Amino acid sequence: MPPEPVRAPKLQWQSSAVIAIEPRTPTVKSFFFKLPRALNFIPGQHMDVRLTAPDGYQAQRSYSIASAPEGTDCIELAIELLQDGEVSPFFFDTVAVGDEIELRGPIGGHFRWSVEDGGPVLLVGGGSGVVPLACMLRHRAARSGSTPIALVYSARTAGDIIFADELHAMHARRDGFHFIPTLTREANPGPGQRTGRIDGSLLADTLALLQATPKLVFVCGTNAFVESATDALVALGVSPSTIRTERYGG
Amino acid sequence: MTTRGFTGRGRGAGADQPGRLPPGQFLTADFPVLSAGPTPHVPQEEWRFELKVGPRPIKSWSWGDFIRLPIARVTPDIHCVTKWSKFDTSWEGVSIQDLLADAALEPPTPYTLAHSYDDYSTNVPIQDLLGNRGMIAIAYDGKPISADHGGPARLLVPHLYFWKSAKWIKGLQFTSRDEAGFWELRGYHMYGDPWREQRYSGD
Repeated sequence: MPPEPVRAPKLQWQSSAVIAIEPRTPTVKSFFFKLPRALNFIPGQHMDVRLTAPDGYQAQRSYSIASAPEGTDCIELAIELLQDGEVSPFFFDTVAVGDEIELRGPIGGHFRWSVEDGGPVLLVGGGSGVVPLACMLRHRAARSGSTPIALVYSARTAGDIIFADELHAMHARRDGFHFIPTLTREANPGPGQRTGRIDGSLLADTLALLQATPKLVFVCGTNAFVESATDALVALGVSPSTIRTERYGG
Repeated sequence: MTTRGFTGRGRGAGADQPGRLPPGQFLTADFPVLSAGPTPHVPQEEWRFELKVGPRPIKSWSWGDFIRLPIARVTPDIHCVTKWSKFDTSWEGVSIQDLLADAALEPPTPYTLAHSYDDYSTNVPIQDLLGNRGMIAIAYDGKPISADHGGPARLLVPHLYFWKSAKWIKGLQFTSRDEAGFWELRGYHMYGDPWREQRYSGD
């Protein structure tokens, strides 16, 4: 059911200190921000970031929240370096621990999930599209949730899997979470490693693991990735009304 | 607040045309796609467009009927709430004004809801659709609109954030009150003027 119309107060920009920076892959870094006050958000939501130059020029971008809502007054944004970008190269080259960055949020009332929403849930991520999905999984783990949930995650190489150790560790708990990574450009895949793009057969296998029709499906990645994955899911009989998408890039 | 070390060195394209980019937007040459769910594939021969006043149907057009209406051409700048803007986009379609004339309907209320094949909806005041400010677009860049960009037909209201330009449109409904649509129920602004940066409900 859709929520009631929101007559919320204006989301204010809040200056937030960078307290840690952690490389995740060669092209993704996590930035940890100390917030002036705790943020109530639902996994899948994003924050707007605003940068201001001395002449008043401003640039804004949106980044998904990677950290779980449980816990601290610190949030993690995982930012992918886009070579011809304006904001991500600034984060990679210039931002240092101790800097103050303006954030506002949380934003997004559709691409979001919490354990109360139930399952089974299918997550399908491509590249940095895994970030909001990882947030959902971290939240589920923090709440000791047992919702049947599977993540199909397409990355270029083994080194491009964001949160790899954490996702494998969650999978190893055998608590109803299945992690299914596939690599599209790995020259030396490890034993048992799936390769190739996400297609109907991989999605059909994953749906079988969930043992019941998913209540909700979340697909995040480039537009081409989302189009291909959602077309395949609909062809497999998944109801379009249960599929929620987040797309980025051209 | 100035951000340490940020000069906007990469601001590049668009920044040399002051006044053309709304606040917080950046110029892109791409045409990014954003939608809440899977892309519906609606064949032209199954497509219909219905005009309603409240629950009451006024007139319905098939694709064949629709493309015989007067076709207008516009080349507006468009602005997405996710921060990208694109200049000089080229569209063809039927203006809402001509559509109402074909149905011999004077606007009975100030408010409309646009409805789409994927059950998406969005609210737009009728004043923002009249006088060639809004159209049902059926071609982009001289070609039929691709499914992922909202084809066969989408609403085009370029002076508002682009979520108001509903993809896969199937109808326009006059409502007695200003009723929130899909994103407006989920935290986004009821009107969505990019020049006043009305992104979210409290803006």
